[in-house]
Amino acid sequence: MSAAAIDAEREPEDVERTSYLRAGYSLRSWFFTTDHKRIAILYLFSISFFFAIGGIAAALIRLDLLTPGPDLLSNDGYNRAFSLHGIIMVWFFLIPSIPNTFGNFLIPLMIGARDLAFPRLNLLSWYIYIFAGLLTLLVVLGGGVDTGWTFYTPLTTMYANGMVVMAVVAVFISGFSTILTGLNFIVTIHKLRAPGMTWSRLPLFIWSHYAVSLIFVLATPVLAVTLLLLLAERVFGIGVFDPSLGGDPLLFQHLFWFYSHPAVYIMVLPALGVMSELITSAAHKQIFGYWFVAYASIAIAVIGFLVWGHHMFVSGQSIYASTVFSFLSLAVAVPSAIKVFNWTATLYKGDIDISAPLLFAMGFIVLFVAGGLTGLMLAMLAIDVHVHDTYFVVAHFHYIMVGGTVTAFFGALHYWWPKITGRMYNEMLARIAAITILVGFNLTFFPQYMLGYEGMPRRYHVYPPEFQVLHVLSSAGAGLLAVGYLMPLFYLVWSLFKGARASANPWGATGLEWTTSSPPPKHNFTEQPVVVRGPYHYPLKHPSSRDHA
Amino acid sequence: MIGPFHPIAARASEHARTLDLLFGSFGAMVAVLTLPIFVLLVLFAIRYRTTNDVNREHAESHNLWIELSWSIIPFLLTLGFFVWATSLYFDLRTPPPGAYTINVVAKQWMWKFQHPDGTAEINELHVPANTPVRLVMTSRDVIHSLYFPALRIKQDVLPGRYTEEWFEADRPGTYPLRCAEFCGADHSVMGGQLVVLRPERYANWLEHQGSFGTSATLAGQGERLFRDLGCSGCHGPASAVKAPDLAGVFGRPVGLTDGNVVMADEQYLHDSIMLPNSQVVGGYPAIMPTYGNLIEPEQVNALVAYLKQLDPPEGSPE
Amino acid sequence: MPEQRELHEPFHQRERQEEADRLGMLVFIGSEAMLFGGIFAAALALRLLHPHEFTSASAHMKLWHGTANTAVLLTSSLLAAIAVEAARGGRARWAGRALWGAAALGMLFLAIKAHEYWLEWREGVVPGPPNADFGSRFEQLFMNFYFVATGLHALHLTAGLVLLGITALNRRARHDRGAVLIGNVALYWHLVDLVWVFLYPTIYLAGAGR
Repeated sequence: MSAAAIDAEREPEDVERTSYLRAGYSLRSWFFTTDHKRIAILYLFSISFFFAIGGIAAALIRLDLLTPGPDLLSNDGYNRAFSLHGIIMVWFFLIPSIPNTFGNFLIPLMIGARDLAFPRLNLLSWYIYIFAGLLTLLVVLGGGVDTGWTFYTPLTTMYANGMVVMAVVAVFISGFSTILTGLNFIVTIHKLRAPGMTWSRLPLFIWSHYAVSLIFVLATPVLAVTLLLLLAERVFGIGVFDPSLGGDPLLFQHLFWFYSHPAVYIMVLPALGVMSELITSAAHKQIFGYWFVAYASIAIAVIGFLVWGHHMFVSGQSIYASTVFSFLSLAVAVPSAIKVFNWTATLYKGDIDISAPLLFAMGFIVLFVAGGLTGLMLAMLAIDVHVHDTYFVVAHFHYIMVGGTVTAFFGALHYWWPKITGRMYNEMLARIAAITILVGFNLTFFPQYMLGYEGMPRRYHVYPPEFQVLHVLSSAGAGLLAVGYLMPLFYLVWSLFKGARASANPWGATGLEWTTSSPPPKHNFTEQPVVVRGPYHYPLKHPSSRDHA
Repeated sequence: MIGPFHPIAARASEHARTLDLLFGSFGAMVAVLTLPIFVLLVLFAIRYRTTNDVNREHAESHNLWIELSWSIIPFLLTLGFFVWATSLYFDLRTPPPGAYTINVVAKQWMWKFQHPDGTAEINELHVPANTPVRLVMTSRDVIHSLYFPALRIKQDVLPGRYTEEWFEADRPGTYPLRCAEFCGADHSVMGGQLVVLRPERYANWLEHQGSFGTSATLAGQGERLFRDLGCSGCHGPASAVKAPDLAGVFGRPVGLTDGNVVMADEQYLHDSIMLPNSQVVGGYPAIMPTYGNLIEPEQVNALVAYLKQLDPPEGSPE
Repeated sequence: MPEQRELHEPFHQRERQEEADRLGMLVFIGSEAMLFGGIFAAALALRLLHPHEFTSASAHMKLWHGTANTAVLLTSSLLAAIAVEAARGGRARWAGRALWGAAALGMLFLAIKAHEYWLEWREGVVPGPPNADFGSRFEQLFMNFYFVATGLHALHLTAGLVLLGITALNRRARHDRGAVLIGNVALYWHLVDLVWVFLYPTIYLAGAGR
């Protein structure tokens, strides 16, 4: 790969001069950019901002739950806090987190393209997201909503208070950003692969993002029409959910969960893609079972559309439908299990560097598996009847989304930080942050499994005193977790000014993104790459410097 | 078991004990299947560190049989538990015939219970032990959910519809009942107590409730409503209006105008009163007015209780 | 001389760019199909829960308006397809005329629909206004569904009219022998038509023949 050698061996001054970060300093060059790398950074700032807002809501919740009584917030105030926490974390942080930052930045690089298929559409996606986010901020400033992020009817259409309409409109608009991103990714992956980059040579990160883009495009419109029906009922009174007219409140739940279950796979599939990259890179070894892992992503996307009824086992849904949904929910665990087994087998006889990205990856595997197993428990009908709508469910989804996706996000952030910024971060601090996050996380959420099984329902502001000990443990963990999440803010920003300059391939990894300089030039490659072998062709012929700390 | 830190909620029924067994054994199985992964992860990371000089020869990059076995075998083991859990669930959703029926009406933010003898309770539910108890539930406003942690059961309670849950509690005592579907401001304080009494004590308790409720049974209240609301005007024997005779209607099939046949269960009776033109009896005009705005769910429950105990006409088939 | 859209980043080859544009439109249409899929799921639920009342509410709909609209939109779609073929055959003027024809029929659809809504307003079956008087509660639910579904469709149809107009005015598009822009706009227009082809029996034919 001679083109790769040319890129990798350019002089630092040349790299600096042609870096995409230096292609214009004005506000205009950032806010009117069509460069996928700059758009990824715009997203990185925005999602971090919303993560902070959602995190503040979480802090309020955990502080209030230190005592059984209502002290910090009123009943209504607490309801608004958890509603806001859910809405912001789901739609304005988790869903865009990995795809819109790392997907945007890396997809063209990984497939050897100069940009996404529709660069201007990409910028439009960001503006739509920001507009929706601003509306959400207005909702926050206006006191929030007390509906929960799930907006069940008739509560939301006929009884809820607060800025319900604006919140629903904000989420509706954010959906367009998602759909356009998915469209862009699908067309890019089909039409802009470099010569020689067949489907069998695609990195698994691309396979996951392809699968997630299918869900983006096919599931999000169902959310859109569901929210439209919700608005029609609340604003104009022309609804189809009103039971007194013969409408069915369960219809809302079916429509909502038909989107929202695939939405959770939206939140986890990109993380699974990140994992394949981190593990193969840390082990300097070919992935075990490439095709099983690749097709597992597609299988998760497809089966994920068929399990929504497992949110409705006690809703009044037919027992036969529930049985089918239960079975399929167990089946959807199989492709995820395949991935986990394959990653473990990849480490076997690897040539392993224990670095912060690997620590994050291993943490991910442990927490994702723990969360996934409780998912299996929830899929068991009789068990769900007991723990549905309790803290058991809350713990389960936080294990997957925080223990899983957010951990993967931080792993990706550390792993590709040198590529994105051209700097290395402090490895020791990063390892400490990783461990702090993992300990803090478990302390926060493991007690919640116990709370749930003992009968503590979710969305409870006030609770029976016998649950207090577990709540205190959970809140203490949340404090530690917050410290762990704040640490990278400091050492990563510090590295921008004082960090060692990164070479093109500091990890000694395969992948086209590592053949170009750190940071890449504006159009990614100085020459069109040509691909002649598979994505994990270790050991590398030109290992470069594995020069991390 | 009470105190600042008690391991597990009380178990007040056979189902609760069985469920804990299911949960515990399934948990043990998944732990056994996954602990090796965690151990191997750490082991491999340490053993195959780049600074270690170990044998890295012949590392496979794929193996069909291993892949198939570690996918299929755990799945089959899980299916065993699936069958067990599903069978328990089917039992939960199939109340035994003749179970002692109590009506429940949920509203923001309280629970009302109507016993068949006319006794009404608010937020506290007394039930006899060792007796199948069936709760027929509806909501006056939003969706709620009636959760009994000690029985390990819950069921959503919907407006405009009846849902049900049943149990047989076998440990007398007092247990919490909680709302488990977010229903607005006071969701977290919408709870109360389930009081399980031995059958003799329960009978005693019922007798002493006469002063609070009306003196009529629930069905008796329904009979009075049937007259007062004018139902007998059309459905009575002397009526000039063509309306179906309701004697013995409950539990029998009904032929509708569109050719379908439905079972006349509580939901059917409820809908006939609240949304009468949704399902019209075959051969009758769709002229019954709706009582949707006029009566409360508690009154519908009374009417349904009355209709349920109407005997079929003399000489009609069982 | 065949005129084409200019090449833009990140494409090097025009053919590739055109394939990408076509794939993009197909993916977008897939998402729109899922949007209306939600509407049809709601219709299915209502019909299954209230079979008798659904069919009687449907029998009150204005069958002539619905049928006329179906014929109008199908013809309009045909004209859009003709526009594509005309452009491919190099007949730019006919491509333009067919596009205007399709747009004109689309506007006729909206006019017929508006008349239908007006008649429904007069009869008091539009939810909201004080003169509203539905025969039954479910009739009101059905009309709610009808207005949301046809309203959403009309919005999409209007967007399609704008696209047809822009394309008809675009000289380069009419002269493009690859019919890229016209082809993609025609695809969108066919989707609008297809949604109506499913809405029509759902709303108007459920009660027909009673």
